[in-house]
Formats: sequence, C-alpha cells, structure tokens
Amino acid sequence: MWSWETFIDAFPFVIEGINITLGLTVTSYLLALAAGFIWLVLESTPSRIINFFFHWIREFIRSTPPLVQIFFLYFAWPEVPYVGMTFTPFIAAMLALGIHFSTYISEVYRSGIESVDQGQWEASKALNLSTKDTWMRIVLPQALPPTIPMLGNYLIILFKEVPLAATIGVVGILSLARTYGSNTWAYLEPITIVAILFLLLSYPSALLIRWLEKKMNNRFEKKETKVKVSK
Amino acid sequence: MEPVVQYKEVQKSFGDTHVLKGINLDIMPSEKIAIIGPSGSGKTTIIRLLMTLAEPTGGDILVDGKNLWKMEVNGKTKTANEKHLGAVRDDIGMVFQHFNLFPHKTILENCTLPLTSVQKMDKTEAEALAKQMLDRVGLGDKFEAYPANLSGGQKQRVAMARALVMKPKIMLFDEVTSALDPELVGEVLEVIRDLAAHEDMAMVLVTHEMEFALEIADRVLFLDEGVIAESGPADDVINKSENPRLQEFLKRFRSNGQS
Repeated sequence: MWSWETFIDAFPFVIEGINITLGLTVTSYLLALAAGFIWLVLESTPSRIINFFFHWIREFIRSTPPLVQIFFLYFAWPEVPYVGMTFTPFIAAMLALGIHFSTYISEVYRSGIESVDQGQWEASKALNLSTKDTWMRIVLPQALPPTIPMLGNYLIILFKEVPLAATIGVVGILSLARTYGSNTWAYLEPITIVAILFLLLSYPSALLIRWLEKKMNNRFEKKETKVKVSK
Repeated sequence: MEPVVQYKEVQKSFGDTHVLKGINLDIMPSEKIAIIGPSGSGKTTIIRLLMTLAEPTGGDILVDGKNLWKMEVNGKTKTANEKHLGAVRDDIGMVFQHFNLFPHKTILENCTLPLTSVQKMDKTEAEALAKQMLDRVGLGDKFEAYPANLSGGQKQRVAMARALVMKPKIMLFDEVTSALDPELVGEVLEVIRDLAAHEDMAMVLVTHEMEFALEIADRVLFLDEGVIAESGPADDVINKSENPRLQEFLKRFRSNGQS
C-alpha cells in the first residue's frame, strides 16, 4: 500500500544520490563528446586498413549492450594481460557509458560534416585557407549547430542508461532506493521517487531540445528577417 | 614575355573516363581567355586542375615557371604537398558556378576572411580593402547582410569581390552565370567586363555566353573530347572557323539559345 509517510521519509534518503547520478551523466557525456571526435579522426586516416580497423571496433562496441560493457570493464578488465587494471565502480561505468555513446555521437558528427556542401571546401581551398581554418572557421561552424538537437537526444538517452551503474555498486538514486527498500521492506515509494526524478529531469530537457531543433531548422530564415533585401 | 601559366600535355582521368587527353596551353600575363565547348568536354576540369581542386593524372602545369603539382625533394620528383600547393594558390583566384559563399558569415566577413586568415592582415585594414572591393562590384550597401539575403547575381558579385581581395595574378571563372536567372546575368557580366578592361590579371572564363566571349576575350579555346580543338582570336574561332565539330556546337547552341 502507498504511504505518503514512507514517501516523505524516503525522499531525502534517495535524493542523496542525485549528485552521483548527474555526475556520472555529465562526465560520461563529456567523454562521449570528446571520444566521438577521436573516432572520426581514427576512421579518416590516409590508411584504409587503419580506418577499417577502427570502424570495425566502433561497430563492435555499438552492437554490444552497455551493461555488458560495464561488466566487462569492472569485472573482466583487471584480468586482461598487460593493459588490465582495476577501476572504481564510478570510473568503470563512466568509461563504459562514455565510450558506448561516443560511437553514436561520432555518427552524429559525421552526418553534420557531410551536410556541409562540397563547395564550401572548394571555396576554402581556392582562398588558400589553412586546413585548420577550413575546419574551425568554415566547416565546423556549419556542421555542428544542426547536430545540437541530436546530441541533446543522446544526452537524455544516456541519462536514462545511467542507472545501469547501480549493478556494479555506483551509489546513485536507484541504488539508494534499493537500499532503502531492503532496509524497510518498502520498495514502492523509493523506486517511484526515482522514476519521478528521472521524469522531472528528462522531460524539460526534451522540451528544450525540441525548441532548439525548431530554432536550428529556421536559423537561416531568421537572418532573412533581420536584414531587408533591396535591389 | 613569359607565360604566367603553362599546361604541358596535361591529362586527367576519372576512373576509365579520360576527360583531358593532353592539353597544351600557355596563358600570358593579363591575357583574357574564354573556354567554350560541349558539356563533358573537360572545360571546367582544366581550371579546376589549376586551382588545385583536382590532381592531373599526367603532364605538368607550370605557374610562373614553377611546377604546380610536382616538387623536388633531395633531387627526386614527388607529388606536391599542401605547403607547395599553398604557395602557388595565393596567385590564383576562382569564382564558382554556385557561388560557394560562406552562409554563416556576413558579406563583409566573407571578403575579409581570406585577408585576416591567410595574409594575416589586421582587421581594420582588411575591412577597408574588402569594402573597397564590395563597392566596386556595386554592393557597398550590403556589408552586414548574409548571403541568404541576396539574389543570385548579388551573391556572384560578392564571390568575385572575395576572390579579388587576394589580388590574384590569374582569375578563373567557372560558368559563373549558369546558375543565375536570366535577368541577373547582365549585372555579373558587367562586373567581369569592368575587370577585363581595368585589371592586369590574366582571366580564364569557362562560359556559355558566346557574345560575351567574343566581346572580352583575347583568345577563345574550343575544347572538344578532351583536347583543344581550336584556339585563336575570338572572332576567328567563333565566326570564321571551319572546324565541323565547332560549327555543329555553335549551331546547336544558337538554336537552343542559352544552354
């Protein structure tokens, strides 16, 4: 039976874990954003063999469940010869989620870059811009804004995968809810609290992303209204 | 006088398609050349090779006597690297069929970017020079506008100003009026006419505007199936040549109007 008393009692206990949950979300997301770029570089080297090799590795990571990867890094990695080492639960979960999501985010970057017209590269070359300036001042400023909504979507999806870390003992809100339950035999209220917290955080973010998406679609039309065309 | 650009037996293939089958061409300083020919004859490819947008599969292109696509390293000839190409590119400017302006930058920024980024000019100086060029192409009142706010003809004029600020020795025009609505062609040709009359630089125009070629070009090249089939003063090539392929091309061209 639902008890508001239990709800009020459990709330401060569960919310203690929000820092860990959000912290894991933010750190693994930042890792995913950075590693997404690294995949792009590794898959566009002059050597087709290297590109293919990393493409296959990324495909492999993308096609295996994040939970398996979390287990692998936490339980199995210490046993791998030479490179094996022990991670704390938080670090293991951060690496696993960050790398897993980087494989999607790399794809988002790629689509953004491919959406930039070939003529932009040619004009940059004709003006003799350096490779660095071509990327930083011409290609990326056009490639990245349209990817913001997609990147935001992945942030929300990642956020909802973070409770997986509870399985290796990262003490986020879900872990604390379970602890509360096993101490008091009341699971309904604490786990409902977890669900509500996730809803409260992801729903407004989803709205924000939808708004950004609209803004991005209209970004060149916006400018149109600012300056009057006269002939 | 030494030619500013020399093509020597230049070839280009895309897979099994031989687009250029041995081009020999000297471009003199300040010479105005028009290249005409059926589509697929390799007109655009000729100037793209010079702009370093594509690499020739055979032959040499010399710019000021320097081999564009090859360099010597310890006595051995190698394919040119970015640095070698970059050094030559400064002397060449190009205007594209589809303008290729930078849509996220204002008109003024489009024109100052090459100056501040490549020539390391300071911003005030770059803006002064860019404004001067935009004035010249008749867009002195549009500095803050974005490309999306302009008509096709205006965009193409900005693209010309953007190429001009670099003061190239050779300007390449790749069918610059083909993507324009007919009523906007005139304003773009007007700017080219002005450049041809007052600028010292060499100009190479790939064009379908026969009358215009006749008017401004010192020399017209008729390109057919990957070779220069006719070359000479504009009037000789367009009005007096007896080359049957050229006759055929001009006939088809005139009956279709603009292609």
